[in-house]
Amino acid sequence: MIYLDHNASTPVRPEVAEAMHQALRDLGANPSSPHRAGQQARAAIERARSQVAAMVGAASEEVVFVSGGTEGDHLVVIGAAMACRAQGMAVAASAIEHHAVRGAADVLSDFGWTHHALPCDADGRTQASAIDSLPEGTTLVSLMFANNETGVLQPVAELAARAHARGMLVHCDAVQGAGKVAVDAGALGADYLVISAHKFGGPKGTAAVIVRKSAPLEALFRGSGHERGRRGGTENAAGIVGMGLAAEMACRDLDRESERIAALRERFESRLLEAIPDAVVHGAAAPRLPGTSQISFPGARSDYLLMALDARGLCASAGAACHSGGVEPSSVLSAMGVGRDLAICAIRFSLGRTTTAQDIQGATGIVTESVSLVRRTQATAVSLP
Amino acid sequence: MNVLAAMSGGVDSAVAAALLAEAGHTVTGVTLRLACYGKTPMSPRACCTLDAIDDARRVATSMGFPYHVIDAEDVFKHRVMQPFADAYASGRTPYPCALCNQHLKFGDLVTRMELVGADRLATGHYARVTEEHDGSRALRRAADLEKDQTYALALIPYAVLERVVFPLGDLHKAEVRAHGERLALTCWDKPESQDLCFVPDGDYAGYLTNTMGETRGTAPGEFVDTTGRSLGTHRGILHYTVGQRRGLGVASSERLYVVGIDALSNTVTLGARDALEQVSLVTGPVNWLLAAPPAAGTRANVRIRYQHGGAEATLHPRSDGSVEVRFEQPQAAIAPGQLAVFYAGDYCLGGGEIAHAGSNRDFASEPSEAGAVGHVA
Repeated sequence: MIYLDHNASTPVRPEVAEAMHQALRDLGANPSSPHRAGQQARAAIERARSQVAAMVGAASEEVVFVSGGTEGDHLVVIGAAMACRAQGMAVAASAIEHHAVRGAADVLSDFGWTHHALPCDADGRTQASAIDSLPEGTTLVSLMFANNETGVLQPVAELAARAHARGMLVHCDAVQGAGKVAVDAGALGADYLVISAHKFGGPKGTAAVIVRKSAPLEALFRGSGHERGRRGGTENAAGIVGMGLAAEMACRDLDRESERIAALRERFESRLLEAIPDAVVHGAAAPRLPGTSQISFPGARSDYLLMALDARGLCASAGAACHSGGVEPSSVLSAMGVGRDLAICAIRFSLGRTTTAQDIQGATGIVTESVSLVRRTQATAVSLP
Repeated sequence: MNVLAAMSGGVDSAVAAALLAEAGHTVTGVTLRLACYGKTPMSPRACCTLDAIDDARRVATSMGFPYHVIDAEDVFKHRVMQPFADAYASGRTPYPCALCNQHLKFGDLVTRMELVGADRLATGHYARVTEEHDGSRALRRAADLEKDQTYALALIPYAVLERVVFPLGDLHKAEVRAHGERLALTCWDKPESQDLCFVPDGDYAGYLTNTMGETRGTAPGEFVDTTGRSLGTHRGILHYTVGQRRGLGVASSERLYVVGIDALSNTVTLGARDALEQVSLVTGPVNWLLAAPPAAGTRANVRIRYQHGGAEATLHPRSDGSVEVRFEQPQAAIAPGQLAVFYAGDYCLGGGEIAHAGSNRDFASEPSEAGAVGHVA
């Protein structure tokens, strides 16, 4: 099997699994308990907190552990909007945000907030200048660090500067960036950052929100004082331990790995374009994450292609994973102005820590074979009026 | 075998796929996403819901084979839904399941088998495919005659028979449920689907007008008797089907049935039960599940709707690919749009859409001559 779906989730590092196993075995007490067993669990969590903080250049006390990227985005978008209610009830986000951010904005809409979208250009980069035309009373702007489908890096620092000049807070969903390229909270200038463990070798079900000093936030889960009152609920100690170690290891390997993966991605794309000259790499003209490659193969619809790839042992995904299996053009590609016919033929390949040169060689052959197979069966299928 | 198993989310197709996997075959499950999947919850009897996809996926997961969802909205819309609407708008009573089998499962999906390297397509239909002495394949009725679905399969391409497998053909429904329970498939006790997957409440007229936005066939018009005399006002022809007795809203001393629908004049002809009876019908182009059409005069048992018990008749193929069916006894309520499906014993020979009752088109379409209905031929 060749796994090129690391943006969806990347395998847990063996050392992380081992540390989590130990934590599950040894940290039996509640981290909030004042006895020494509780203190042991607390200490493990705080160690992880500083590991996670170090990954993004934040302070430990700015780290709030949550259950995942979706919860993190909800905590920031809803919690910040609620905290700023007095200043206005409008929020904004790029048109290419992850569904989690749109979901949180939907919650706000139910309570009377309005929601505005920032457009992106044909290369998939959000137009930061669109900040200037947002209505008065917009309190929070969301812009992801890197797009999950195209991997295109977003102008977060530029947008943050413009947003701050207008008194708006900035939320950056850095779930796809952390662990793949350097993410520095200070340089980005965002007030809130969200990162998720399972995208960089940690476990699913653990993520962190970085709440920069002085950034207001109302807790969604209340009733207990966990995470400095910002997120109630007994901590997922083993998951947090795993996330901490994964963060540390990802940082350690970052430069070498991002270079290696970028080279593999370049080889993958150039070989595919050689074999399938009409393939279109989305966002190719913009700076991208090193391992993400979203490619449309005209005439080979993504649901058929994924099935053919899977049958030949290659795991990839069609845009964002879709529950219903419907062939809807990805909203990211639509925002980039990609036409429906091309958009429904898009496959996202994402490379990661375990990807080898052999994988890339094998994947190139499988994709080439599968694309021509899908095109051929399409030609023999029932033609429609 | 390397099998592509079509799974609807119901127990039959789930057990069919699971039995193949259990027997050690390489199985890939696939659900065709049709036009009807919405975000709103639907009746548990409907096959076309997100829940159904979840059910099918769970079966694949528990049996350990890969599973995919294919979007078939376009094909479904053009090859099933549109003909469905067109038929009602022209006064016919369509049978969309046959078209779905012909164009979706045994049409489009067959062409996709190669994607996963499959050499067989499996479905949960109750029917059998056997290899005959000469090496050809034949479609035959299921062991469970109550559940037999050959009527719905009559339009599938003959050449496809050698590429399909029906694992439930020799089983009775109770055995299928028992297998489902034995294999711990979560859907084993799901209720039977009764109606069309896209009209789970059975309100076809409501679906056509409200959901599909159909305006044809909705204009009120005249009810007439078999001599052309007006009997009142009907609600639009798509509310009626030949043989219908209930919901006519016409007062009469005798029981009245719909005996004819004419879209051109927007009239619905009502008559007594004997006016419903015809001794012959003519089909549209017939799909033969035989190497060649049979000789004129070949005897067959012919079913004129899904629940019809079958009637003895002779088949008279015409040069245009249609068939005239001459029954030994008059048959009631031969509804254009339904299928006439031909059997010899438990062999399904093929079938075609009923174009009109009677051997001559004029008798069926001219209300003024409808008085002769039942006595022609």
